[in-house]
Amino acid sequence: MRRLLQTVPVVLGVTLLVFTLIHLTPGDPVEAMMAGQGSVTQEQMDQLRRELGLDLPLWRQYLRFLAGLARGDLGHSFYYRGAPVGRLIADRLPATIELTVAAMVISVVIALPAGVLAAVRRNRLADRVGSVGAMLGVSLPDFWLGLVLILLFSVSLGWLPIAGRITYGMEPPPVTGLYLVDSLLAGDWAAFGDALRHLVLPAVTLGTAMAALTMRITRSSMLEVIRQEYITYARAKGLSEWAVVVRHGLRNALIPTVTVVSLNAGTLLGGNMIVETIFGWPGLGRLVVDSIYVRDYPVVQAAVFIYALTYILMNLVADWLYTWLNPRVTL
Amino acid sequence: MKELESLPIREMATPWLEVEADPRQGEGAPTSWRLVWREFRKNRPALVGAVVVLILIGVALAAPWIAPHDPAQINPFRRLQPPAWMPGGSWEYPLGTDHLGRDLLSRLIYGSRVSLAVGAVVVLIATTVGVVMGLISGYFGGWIDTVIQRVVEILLAFPYLVLAIALMGVMGPGLVNLLVALVYKEWVTAARVVRAEVLAVKSREYVEAARALGASGTRIMFRHILPNVLASAVVIATLRVAWVILMEASLSFLGLGVQPPTPSWGVMVADGRSAIFQQWWISTFPGLAILVTVLAINLLGEGLRDALDPRLRE
Repeated sequence: MRRLLQTVPVVLGVTLLVFTLIHLTPGDPVEAMMAGQGSVTQEQMDQLRRELGLDLPLWRQYLRFLAGLARGDLGHSFYYRGAPVGRLIADRLPATIELTVAAMVISVVIALPAGVLAAVRRNRLADRVGSVGAMLGVSLPDFWLGLVLILLFSVSLGWLPIAGRITYGMEPPPVTGLYLVDSLLAGDWAAFGDALRHLVLPAVTLGTAMAALTMRITRSSMLEVIRQEYITYARAKGLSEWAVVVRHGLRNALIPTVTVVSLNAGTLLGGNMIVETIFGWPGLGRLVVDSIYVRDYPVVQAAVFIYALTYILMNLVADWLYTWLNPRVTL
Repeated sequence: MKELESLPIREMATPWLEVEADPRQGEGAPTSWRLVWREFRKNRPALVGAVVVLILIGVALAAPWIAPHDPAQINPFRRLQPPAWMPGGSWEYPLGTDHLGRDLLSRLIYGSRVSLAVGAVVVLIATTVGVVMGLISGYFGGWIDTVIQRVVEILLAFPYLVLAIALMGVMGPGLVNLLVALVYKEWVTAARVVRAEVLAVKSREYVEAARALGASGTRIMFRHILPNVLASAVVIATLRVAWVILMEASLSFLGLGVQPPTPSWGVMVADGRSAIFQQWWISTFPGLAILVTVLAINLLGEGLRDALDPRLRE
């Protein structure tokens, strides 16, 4: 609870930074909105300016912005003819959540066993291979990795689709907006398979750097744990190697892993923008990139805020997980 | 001597060696650097990384002399030529040409300048700012520390690329804006590490001794504390160069960083994107160049870390 209160000033600071960000923008937003609408009179522009509150002093505009946020009102898009930004973002959010969760699952599924194996077989072949792989993983530019994967699996081998979330016309009836979940709810296995095939490449691209980081941390914290006396004790008790490594070793090694993984979750959120752009994935990241191209600043502003908020929440969850895994610590 | 070798570098550089002589002339410093080198030399991947980094710097500096063609030279008759070893390729354009008929190898060579320069400049500025902020924050504490730490926390709440993309979107593309957008958050890393180091070093006897002798705050900070946190700063800075190069490439790939016709590897990957089905080489080679560069710097940085400051290991 105290931890939650501590984030309040940070969130406020985030709103201030996001707000000033948009007011650094050169050019008049009203002119941007009116661009391409033929002749517009000065009165019409002034009227719009008043409606949007752009004639008020900056600090009042900021308060209006805060009040709007509190009501869940994220402003109105310039580009989509005044559509509420909250709506635009909500439409895109499920795609991004689906992709991010898939990337996290992939990276953890690869990284945890690989990290444990590397630690247990330290300096042996498996460890060497693992560390080379991890080093490559953190050094790969994700936009390039995505292109190479497309080239390999979609163009050359033809196994997986090149882009998009699902084949046009196969969309399951929207319930959660997550295609995998929705298609299962509808019992539509063809749609499920199709959505899954679309998901593989983007999720792998996004998850690679994360997997590499997670693996290295799992390895080093596992090495730390294995040296402890309780591991020797567990061995001496005659427990199977599996029980020693997984039940006594991994559980304790997870404590630092969880923290570092959540601290690096920001990389995943940033990577979203790149990966969604490459794979034509209709998520939040692509909305931001597209909005920047058309100078739709309210959308950029709101999306950046959502990203920051998500990141802060992820760190809170990590803290909570940390105490759950490690009951000796209280926050 | 045997015992000393096993100690981390920080312990070696403790002040009882510095009391009488300048650390640069005293016994302490050269011995420690020799130890660092001895440690570093044993690490083969790090040596390879260092050699590759040196070669890359050489390539970047010598670009006008080693590039076979002008990187901006458009040649409509030589468009989309494949690499030399493929049917239709020629050794005149060893890695082929792009959609405007520009020589890919020459553009790669010139592209190294952008990547390395942006990486080095951003990290240099950011580390300087970060070290000063960290020193002030850690040494003075109190409200200054609180203010700086709040700013740090707020910046940390933004995913790196998200903030950089938004800043570039607002400021518009271009080299100077790119530097600003990256430094904007980059200094935080160094500031946090240095602050933690200062807090650890601050209560050591030699700092107390310097204060007892009447040294001013600034003098203590820069003469007595700074040399002891420098090792960490160097390690962090090296590793961050790799990260900044990746970020520059990502932004340029999105069209929000370095602008064409300046050959940036990120822009080059983006150029080849639409042709990826037929002319795979246009995107593939610049991507490989990024990978090799980032990998080499990471290897070098981790080697430095292990040799200079084993405690920074995760």
